[in-house]
Amino acid sequence: MEKIKVGIIGSGNIGTDLMMKIQRSPYLEMSVLIGIDPQSEGLKLAQEAGVETISTGIEGFLENPERAKILFDATSAKAHQHHVNVVKGLGIRIVDLTPAAIGPFVAPTVNLTEHLEKEVVNMITCGGQATIPIVHAINSVQPVDYAEIIATIASKSAGPGTRANIDEFTQTTARAIEQVGGAKIGKAIIILNPAEPPLLMRDTIMCLLKEDGDTEAISAAVRDMVSKVNDFVPGYRLKIDPLIEGKKVTVFLEVEGLGDYLPIYAGNLDIMTAAALKVAEEIAKSMLERAEVQ
Amino acid sequence: MKPIYITEVALRDGSHVVGHQFTFEQVRKVTQGLSKARVPYIEVTHGDGLGGSSLQYGFSKEYDIELVKEAAEVAGDSVVTVLLIPGIGTIEDLKLAYDAGARAVRIATHVTEADVSKQHIETAKNLGMEVFGFLMMAHSAPPETVLQQALLMESYGADGVYVTDSAGAMLPSDVRNRIRLLRENLQVEVGFHAHNNLSLAVANTLVAIEEGATRIDGSICCLGAGAGNTQTEVLVAVLQRMGIETGIDLYQMLDLADYVRNEILPQPQDITSGSLVMGYAGVYSSFLRHANLAAEKVGIDARDILVELGKLNVVGGQEDTIIEVAQKLAKDKVGDKR
Repeated sequence: MEKIKVGIIGSGNIGTDLMMKIQRSPYLEMSVLIGIDPQSEGLKLAQEAGVETISTGIEGFLENPERAKILFDATSAKAHQHHVNVVKGLGIRIVDLTPAAIGPFVAPTVNLTEHLEKEVVNMITCGGQATIPIVHAINSVQPVDYAEIIATIASKSAGPGTRANIDEFTQTTARAIEQVGGAKIGKAIIILNPAEPPLLMRDTIMCLLKEDGDTEAISAAVRDMVSKVNDFVPGYRLKIDPLIEGKKVTVFLEVEGLGDYLPIYAGNLDIMTAAALKVAEEIAKSMLERAEVQ
Repeated sequence: MKPIYITEVALRDGSHVVGHQFTFEQVRKVTQGLSKARVPYIEVTHGDGLGGSSLQYGFSKEYDIELVKEAAEVAGDSVVTVLLIPGIGTIEDLKLAYDAGARAVRIATHVTEADVSKQHIETAKNLGMEVFGFLMMAHSAPPETVLQQALLMESYGADGVYVTDSAGAMLPSDVRNRIRLLRENLQVEVGFHAHNNLSLAVANTLVAIEEGATRIDGSICCLGAGAGNTQTEVLVAVLQRMGIETGIDLYQMLDLADYVRNEILPQPQDITSGSLVMGYAGVYSSFLRHANLAAEKVGIDARDILVELGKLNVVGGQEDTIIEVAQKLAKDKVGDKR
């Protein structure tokens, strides 16, 4: 079967993990990994795997942009703006894993079909990918006035980018809880826990509904959503049954990673790369379908 | 000897005790009293810092920025300070607090995670605020780690770094080791924040001062999470007896303490079995109220929840884990009966 060529900008934890996932994809061909440091572990791993590497950043890629139809951006919000500017007009689609939020927010189980044709889509945050589908599921049963999420991740899984820009996490996630999740007001909290052995990513979603919650309908909607996300994030699961007390709904989740690049505790990394992969695969499928029609 | 600066935290740490339900009147009266007693720093914020008002930690009765404003209006020569925990509060919140009149801030992180505070410390400095790093749960890391993290905060521009015994778990020797190492290696001031869960708050504070800490937290009537903090009026009296000047008027503090005891304290701040277990097991003090509520709801012993939380190595802010643990323990209990 024909595959769509993709490239990744950024050879850090996220870029490298994503590369390993793409290599298993039936729809995507891992064409090129673009970094800025020839010594980076990600670039070395790519070379070992026979993937083409560029160590001169996006400029190096632009010398021959036919190498990818879809680019994943796993750099920083600031760099992302530059990348969007320089690939403009080349017909390349970008799946953005930075908190830049230039393109629309996308959660694959919620609103991907609306944005399949967009030039740039944004993957929100790890906490957003883990929790917004649940807010959306609850909101589809009964209107959610307020949704709050608490993401607790292992200290070891938080890279320097996340640490230096922690406000971007809380603010971007809160906005997406409203825009994609459908809550009237969103709030996000992130906690880093240094326990050894490192804990799996855990996410708690707390919602206040307009009316008292329908326990059965909400529980069913939450379970259904968990299984949908579970299709592409195998380690995504409920910790205990959803709690529905009057207008308040609380859902406890944990995310175990696949352990591709970082160990399994880094479910936060895994859900980001798995969701980005899912988005790119759907974009690729629609590209391939269109090619067949023509 | 360098002067000791006391920060009164009852209107921030004490917020936990009243479920974050401070009123404008309470904040105004306490701030006026503290200002009259010449307490140099008065902290006013939701118990979990700016942005703490939430389902996770409890919604504030009044928006804390408005409470800061109320306090700043009557603070006189005292400096109104706020607390910010990155991951909960944001730089945006900090700017609002500054606009409301806060002129000092403590940026708090878990003791091993100081690098998340860089942006916030730098922003506070740029605003012209006094800024201090606040290393929470400092009992849980060895002194060398506390130092390494304090040095990070110093490098970001902090005017001082606090060793924060959030769990009230430190023994005097733990305080001595940490404060001494920081005092020997930091250029900036060293501070200490205690919780009285093991009845060691005043004693530990004296050890900290002996080792060179010059920024000290107290709470009037012990109004703080768990068994409360170092009781400010007691500390002032003890320091006076020792000939250490704080500049604080003892009788004014005692008068204010009467008001706080009669009008604010829901029950005496003694060392309940829950708070003792927290100090013993090393659990974040503000979990106490949440653990009591959760235990009552599902009919189990709050102490079991706290011990379990200690085993799970939860850090400050993970209140959601309390509900989950309570649910699991309740389920296990039902299972046992069957």
